[in-house]
Amino acid sequence: MTTELRPAPSTDRPPVPVMPPAPALAPARPEPEDATTGRIEIEALNVYYGAFRAVRDISMTVKPHAITAIIGPSGCGKSTFLRTLNRMHELIPQTRVEGSVRLDGEDVYDPSVDPVALRRVVGMVFQRPNPFPTMSIYDNVVAGLRLTGRHRAAELDEVMERSLRRAALWDEVKDKLKSSGVSLSGGQQQRLCIARALAVDPEVILMDEPASALDPIATLRIEELMAELRTNYTIVIVTHNMQQASRISDYTAFFTMGPDRSGYLVEMDSTVQIFTNPKQQLTEDYVSGRFG
Amino acid sequence: MAGATQAIGAGRLTGTRAASRRTRTDQLMRSVAALAAIACVVPLAAVLVFVTLNGISALNVDLLTKASRAQGIGGGAFAAILGTVQMVGLATIIAVPFGVLAGVYVNEFASRRSGRAIRFAADVLVGVPSILIGVFVFTFLVLPFKQYNAFAGSVALAVIMLPVIMRTTEEILKLVPVSLREASLALGIPTWRTVLSVVLRTGLPGILTGIMLAVARAAGETAPLLFTALGSQLVNVGGFNKPMDALPLFIYVNARQPFELQNQQAWGAAFLLLLFVLVVNILVRTRTAGRRAQ
Amino acid sequence: MTHITLSARSWQGSGRLADITFRGSSRIAASALVALLILIGVLLFATSRLTWETFGLSFVTGQTWDPVAGVFGALPFLVGTILAASIAVIFAAPIGIFTAIYLSELAPRRLATPLTFMIELLAAIPSVVIGLWGVFILAPFLRLTVEAWIVSVFGWIPFLGGPTYGIGLFSAGVILTIMILPTIVTISREVIQAVPGSQREAMFALGATRWEVIRRAVIPFARSGIIGAVILGLGRALGETMAVTMVIGNKDAIPASLFDQTQTIASKIATSFSEASVGIETSSLIALGLVLLVLTIIMNVVARLLVWRVAEPVGGR
Repeated sequence: MTTELRPAPSTDRPPVPVMPPAPALAPARPEPEDATTGRIEIEALNVYYGAFRAVRDISMTVKPHAITAIIGPSGCGKSTFLRTLNRMHELIPQTRVEGSVRLDGEDVYDPSVDPVALRRVVGMVFQRPNPFPTMSIYDNVVAGLRLTGRHRAAELDEVMERSLRRAALWDEVKDKLKSSGVSLSGGQQQRLCIARALAVDPEVILMDEPASALDPIATLRIEELMAELRTNYTIVIVTHNMQQASRISDYTAFFTMGPDRSGYLVEMDSTVQIFTNPKQQLTEDYVSGRFG
Repeated sequence: MAGATQAIGAGRLTGTRAASRRTRTDQLMRSVAALAAIACVVPLAAVLVFVTLNGISALNVDLLTKASRAQGIGGGAFAAILGTVQMVGLATIIAVPFGVLAGVYVNEFASRRSGRAIRFAADVLVGVPSILIGVFVFTFLVLPFKQYNAFAGSVALAVIMLPVIMRTTEEILKLVPVSLREASLALGIPTWRTVLSVVLRTGLPGILTGIMLAVARAAGETAPLLFTALGSQLVNVGGFNKPMDALPLFIYVNARQPFELQNQQAWGAAFLLLLFVLVVNILVRTRTAGRRAQ
Repeated sequence: MTHITLSARSWQGSGRLADITFRGSSRIAASALVALLILIGVLLFATSRLTWETFGLSFVTGQTWDPVAGVFGALPFLVGTILAASIAVIFAAPIGIFTAIYLSELAPRRLATPLTFMIELLAAIPSVVIGLWGVFILAPFLRLTVEAWIVSVFGWIPFLGGPTYGIGLFSAGVILTIMILPTIVTISREVIQAVPGSQREAMFALGATRWEVIRRAVIPFARSGIIGAVILGLGRALGETMAVTMVIGNKDAIPASLFDQTQTIASKIATSFSEASVGIETSSLIALGLVLLVLTIIMNVVARLLVWRVAEPVGGR
């Protein structure tokens, strides 16, 4: 089925289908009422590697208890931006941030903020599953808890089981909790990493292309998992897979690379809007597959 | 519900008392690690300082030009210097062809398995105490002839240099791109010529570096010479069938003498030896680092 | 591997002989290396056979070394060797591992590079030069400071009391520490740097301090390699000759205290070999060497296997 795109001024145009109707697109959920935690407000955020500006002037709001997807071509700073939300970019020397990131009103770059504490509240899952190979499944899940000095077996057991259940992994591993974390399949390892992130009870979970290294079936399970998780956590996911973004996210932010090779936010809106009625031409081009 | 167990509001991101304990542990361990690094460097500084101070004051023309070591009467390290130059020179002549060819074999011709075995053998050989190498050479180059001789000393030093040169050659050749070899072979140049003129020539700077390091190492070895070249008070030029002195031997013998003058000479010789070894090492390492940075 | 390319193309007529010669001679050279290793073991065994036939394995446990009486036992030297090497490892392992951690995880690049360079230089200093420094500078210093302090605080423990000479087991241990530090630091640093960044990231993302990341993610991953580094250091300490010979006191007896004078296998061979009478005495000294050879080769092999396991990581490069 071909669809025609009529060039029209961006301020005033009739809705034009930019891709075949996707039944997976659900209307954006209304903002939950008890959304007191997990809201991130980003204002005029710039990220520099040395003198090079990698990310330019981002201003957006991540709504709590929803999934926000960040899409865009490779190299436009999506991952860099994601990492500024839990200050993981500071692991790379000579990285600098300007602007503000507020988690529930608190500026995370305030000098009094301890990045260690921040990362407990804002967790992260990475592109390639990275369970600790020298630890068992059990130890992997509770690794974060042990950092805060919680060692009582009863407490650890409880949190571990709860996290593994929340990550939809409990049934598969409950009989082999002592085996090594890397003895699982790729998809299971990633769910283990998610369980590990959940165990420290964060408010926000950042996911950097969490399923891109996995096979389609494992990917689907991760996506189902994310849909379940959103009731309790704020999720921000970077993905280069547009269909994935349209399937699971409530809000979508489209990044692209400017002429000075810095990434910037083109448009952010509810997922339905972005994929059916984007306001920017660049967005429309991207989601309709006009350029990579 | 997420966040319910966290204290909401100020303090959530700024940490708790437990967190500050972790911060203090972090800072403490970082300091411990830094102290450890300092502890490693202090002995180096101490050795350099004392050898230089004591050695320079012992440096005089006599030290460099006289040979006899009659107790308390003076003399110098001339025989030792000559001996080191000769024995290390001969050792290099013996070890380089073997070592380079062996490195060539491992990298160019050997199968994966045998390459690994040879590399392993080289690493084990490097770990054999040098005194046992001296004993080894003694058994077939000194004992049968009942004669301590400098040739045995050179062979012992060559055995020590051999695996070092082989490993360096092999590592350097690994870096030469395959395309270079293929281009040469495609032009009809036979294998042996390819390896010699193309591969080895490309890798020559690195191989020379490895040889220099091996030379510096051999120059400083004492134990393998103890029962091969034995050492001597006489100047020996070219007499490889007889005992010969060497700088490290000179240092060792003079250090153990109860006479102040001999000890002074030991410091002087140690300074010379240290200077040589350090200069070679610094030259080599700065050149490698510079090359690597390109 | 480039060998496939080379062997397939050598069909040039006139170059064939040259090729075969070249290949052959390089193969001989490589085999010579392996043969050398085997030959060392064989020759040392052959020339010490007299001792093994005379004493058998009780040579290793014999406590007396008396050339006049014709009794030779290796135990005092074995004990001295192991004690000196153990002291060295006990000091050098923590210092070396922490230094490796500092250089690879904590130090800024501008500091790490010169520091690493200096530690590598330490490894290049000839043993006899360190021995000279040890005899005239370190040993007297230790006697006046560290040894005196240990005796004053712990002297009531039998092994830690007694007269201090400076020259003795303790100084030998300290000098060995200095000499094996570069080995431990260099190899530990390599294996620590081989730990994938994703492991560190995972631990950081859970909210860990830098030390916690090192302790809980990096070190466990690199553990077998670090152990390998320490064992390699131990192997070096066992075989180190000149510096030890010059500061250990050369007394053929099991040390009565930490500060007593004693002898290692290497120092015994170094001091007695040239005056030994050919026959059972020389044979026994060579037998001592054989014991040392077996010890160091075992250490070396075990250590390298451990290091290779970390340096070539799980799942390939």
